[in-house]
Amino acid sequence: MLNTIWLIPVFPLIGFMINGLFGRRLTRYGSGVLGCLTVFASFILSLLAMLFLGEGPHRFTLAEWIVAGRFTVSFGFLLDHLSAVMAVTVSGVAFLIHVYSTGYMAQDERFSRYFAYLNLFVFFMLVLVLADNFLLLYMGWEGVGLCSYLLIGFWFQKDSAANAGKKAFIVNRIGDFGFALGIMLIFWKFGSVYFPEVFAAAPEMFVPGDTLVTAICLLLFLGATGKSAQIPLYVWLPDAMEGPTPVSALIHAATMVTAGVYMVARCSVLFALSPTALLVVAIIGAATALFAATMATVQNDIKRVLAYSTISQLGYMFLACGVAAFSAAIFHLMTHAFFKALLFLGAGSVIHALHHEQDLRHMGGLRKYLPATFLTFGVATLAISGFPGLAGFVSKDEILWSSFASPLGGVAFWVVGVLTAGLTAFYMFRLFFLAFYGKSRFSEETATKVHESPMSMTGPLVILGILSFVGGWIGWPKVLGGGNSFEHYLAPVFAAAEELLPHGVNHAHSTEFLLMGLSVGIALLGFIWAYRWYLRGSTAPENLKNKFPAVYRLVQNKYYIDEFYHLVIVRPIVGGSRWLWKYFDELVIDGSVNGLAAFVRQLGQAGAQPQNGYFRGYAATFALGSVAVLAWLIYVLS
Amino acid sequence: MDSTILTFLIFWPLITAGVLTLVRSDRHDAIRIYALVATLLEFVASLYLLFAFETGAGYQFVARWVWSDALGVSYQVGIDGISLFLVLLTTFLTVISVWASFAGIKERVKGYFIAFLVLEAGMVGTFCATDLFLFYVFWELMLLPMYFLIGIWGGVNRIYATIKFVLYTITGSLFMLVAIIYTANVVHQHTGVWTFDLMVWSQFDIPAAQQLWLFLAFALAFAIKVPLFPFHTWLPDAHVQAPTAGSIILAGVLLKMGTYGFLRFAIPLFPAAFLDALPYLVVLSVIGIIYGALVAMVQKDIKSLVAYSSVSHLGFVMLGMCALNTIGFTGSLLQQLNHGLSTGALFLLVGIIYERRHTRLIADYGGLFKVVPVYGVFFMITMLSSVGLPGTNGFVGEFLILLGAFRSQTIAAVFGTAGIVLAAGYMLWMFQRVFFGKVTNPENDRVTDMTLRERAVMVPLIVMIFVIGLYPKPFLERMEPALQRVLSRVEQVRIVREQALTPTLFVGPAAVPVTNEPEEDIRP
Repeated sequence: MLNTIWLIPVFPLIGFMINGLFGRRLTRYGSGVLGCLTVFASFILSLLAMLFLGEGPHRFTLAEWIVAGRFTVSFGFLLDHLSAVMAVTVSGVAFLIHVYSTGYMAQDERFSRYFAYLNLFVFFMLVLVLADNFLLLYMGWEGVGLCSYLLIGFWFQKDSAANAGKKAFIVNRIGDFGFALGIMLIFWKFGSVYFPEVFAAAPEMFVPGDTLVTAICLLLFLGATGKSAQIPLYVWLPDAMEGPTPVSALIHAATMVTAGVYMVARCSVLFALSPTALLVVAIIGAATALFAATMATVQNDIKRVLAYSTISQLGYMFLACGVAAFSAAIFHLMTHAFFKALLFLGAGSVIHALHHEQDLRHMGGLRKYLPATFLTFGVATLAISGFPGLAGFVSKDEILWSSFASPLGGVAFWVVGVLTAGLTAFYMFRLFFLAFYGKSRFSEETATKVHESPMSMTGPLVILGILSFVGGWIGWPKVLGGGNSFEHYLAPVFAAAEELLPHGVNHAHSTEFLLMGLSVGIALLGFIWAYRWYLRGSTAPENLKNKFPAVYRLVQNKYYIDEFYHLVIVRPIVGGSRWLWKYFDELVIDGSVNGLAAFVRQLGQAGAQPQNGYFRGYAATFALGSVAVLAWLIYVLS
Repeated sequence: MDSTILTFLIFWPLITAGVLTLVRSDRHDAIRIYALVATLLEFVASLYLLFAFETGAGYQFVARWVWSDALGVSYQVGIDGISLFLVLLTTFLTVISVWASFAGIKERVKGYFIAFLVLEAGMVGTFCATDLFLFYVFWELMLLPMYFLIGIWGGVNRIYATIKFVLYTITGSLFMLVAIIYTANVVHQHTGVWTFDLMVWSQFDIPAAQQLWLFLAFALAFAIKVPLFPFHTWLPDAHVQAPTAGSIILAGVLLKMGTYGFLRFAIPLFPAAFLDALPYLVVLSVIGIIYGALVAMVQKDIKSLVAYSSVSHLGFVMLGMCALNTIGFTGSLLQQLNHGLSTGALFLLVGIIYERRHTRLIADYGGLFKVVPVYGVFFMITMLSSVGLPGTNGFVGEFLILLGAFRSQTIAAVFGTAGIVLAAGYMLWMFQRVFFGKVTNPENDRVTDMTLRERAVMVPLIVMIFVIGLYPKPFLERMEPALQRVLSRVEQVRIVREQALTPTLFVGPAAVPVTNEPEEDIRP
């Protein structure tokens, strides 16, 4: 049974090929069903694989890939508890998004192409999580980058979409630069790129804190900051909202951006050997979480709020990784996949209903028009805000607790985490109130046309709503009387890393309760704040904006980071290249080549000059020559 | 069969070219079909090499006839793992090029295909020759048809481009000719025999004092062909002016003559000089990678963009050689094939759109993806192969090169890896401006999608892109033993040198460094 794990990614690949090659001959119905069923098959297989997995990891090699000198790498798959969780989450959420897409994209003229890309994306993502070596992971890694390029730029006739797709690919490649170098370093150090070999050898090869292992980890982490949209490479993700909304849900909430978190967790042993690298991961994660949350508070595009929210939540996951709470990171990755997919799909439902209106200022009062969307969106908002009992609460609380209690953590991390939690509640309820409550701010004409989405779209919303509610219960913390079975499930994967890390002191339950209460309290504060400003129609936001216009503009314009990058990186490169071309290539090199040619020609002409056929000239030359020879002879002889 | 196959492959195009001169020149269709069938037969015959090739058995299909005993010149051919795939690449791309020329070449059709067949003979001969004199004959033979292909069927500025191309190449070749004669003389002085036989030469250690100048003379000829920065400025002009098929062959095969020359002649004949020149070659390769990519980014003409991207890609190939280990070497040789396929395909695609719109300026396009979706998909796959996406051939080559270089030339490898980021930059930016956005020029609305013939020409290239990308093993394993021989030759020299430098401490088994790192690679 477990030897069929390679089929998990293959099904969507088949879907991609059929839809990609023969899509135009299929009906819409055919394309859609094919797309959904292949992913569903992967989901079922992943579930079965999880059930049959039992204790240990299982490896299966399909075929050799590259063999050169000592370097060998194959299409090898590894199923352990971590990849099983990832495969199930990815294929499950992706399946729901596929189903939703059949409704959302129903009118699009390139329907089959859309499903082809979507399937290809799932294929690469499953390769990424199931690979048993760095290079195959890298293939999935670059592959999802390609698919994001294709899907973000799906409506390529819009310049903004085409730009966003290109930006995503290139920024990701900057991260991949680090990742690739990291893989090379690993190979030359370990003589292998297979996970089991590398991770088994690492603790014997390095003492904790070795510079080389820190270098490896930081290079890998550079890759992660690209894919998982962390400082300094997060800039592609907000623009990526140009893609169709289900794509945002798939790529930019539930799966692709989680690749970086997965990779860091997969390499937990290496990171555990480098306290420096872990500290960097934690700081970048915490900083990104807070920084992105502040930007989310002032966005008016419904999808952009969610985009910054994603960056912020990914920051939480890296914070968890940085304090060596790897299972907490994966847990939040999973619950986040549920509620963020739901938020995006809900936003898509709103956008669909309002005929491609994305501006929150033109929404309002949608609660009566879109009851199913409203309810499910509400659940997701509560979940992400950390309402006690819901999925987001359980996983986020575990991260906050770890950031405080872990020997690698500290109060500062906890404070940043809790502040972010407050901001999260604030911006999410701001969005929720602006979209669903209050008076409708769209035209009368639109109002008559607003309608709830079809079953194909609301169905996935309901399922994700349920998951956002109960999905966290599998990791219910001990302090609240649970068994935290999720952490136990993943324990074997992270056991090796645990052994290398310092053990923390046991904190009293009362501390844990206190901190939990505090974080819930701060989230509640965020909620109340949003309630008073945006539901009660306060003028406070306007006043604040007018009072501190510079600050508002700074945040509204995303701290001008994009402009900064453009000015400092893009423009000098393009300008410098023009200079190289026009000045160096055409003037210096070609100039000297042409100059040399001209010189040779001149020389030839100069040489040809005396041979002009005039006897006078020859006679004169002869005479001069004779005189010279004579003069020389006289000089020598005397 | 085995001893005649290479001779057949060399002379078949010449014979068919000779027969073609007898055909009436206004029978265009017949001439086209004839040329296609002739090159197709050549390709099928060359496939025999693949099946009969014995991995690791040194030179095979060897044939030898003495040409002039007094001069020591002989007709001597044979191939090993280095030349095998380059020969196959040549015969493959020639079929593609001939077929791709069906619609584009409307004038002087007969002369065009005669030139192409002669060119093929020259290329196959160059890769097969194992006598230096014969090699030089074929090397120069290639120049002539290429001169005519650009000079007669080229673009507006073709005369300037041809002359530049020929002058650059001849300058290099003359130096090489002098070096060949000089080396023959050195060999004669020491052995008393006049010979140009590569086998004899490679057994012979040329005195270190003379190696450097000889190496530089060979290297100049090859560096111009590669082209290695700063000898590259003939390339964009030649490419932009050449007809489509000329560009395909130019990029696909002719540039490989330079890198092949390094692997076959310059490095194994003058290993000591190569080690001396290594740091400079590394620097030039890396500059080529970055410089080529940067200048490609700001090109306005698609063809010159692809031409500069070749400078960048060939920089990778050279870097792989400079890595001086098996991984880098195999990556370098594989990347030569990859570049031939991907860049050949790119030029083919540019030619297809040029035949419809008669412009190659990026600014004249926009929004084509909507108008010609099939063309767009072909272009995109080729582009992805060119930027080295995993799963395509470009990734395997580039990764092996960088992996190999990382070991011995770490800083260069870091810069090289940065070149991959830039590659994504210039390719995607060009693709966006040509294919995405709205159709702004109504002329572009009328462009028709690829014909059945054009698709049929492209499909084999696309298939090869994925075959090498997903299953490069059959290629790599045939290349490796031959490359190992070149490496071990350099390695011998290096070890002798190191022992000379540290005479007492590290002689003998103790010279093996105590390390957990792999032992087969070389660190100069």
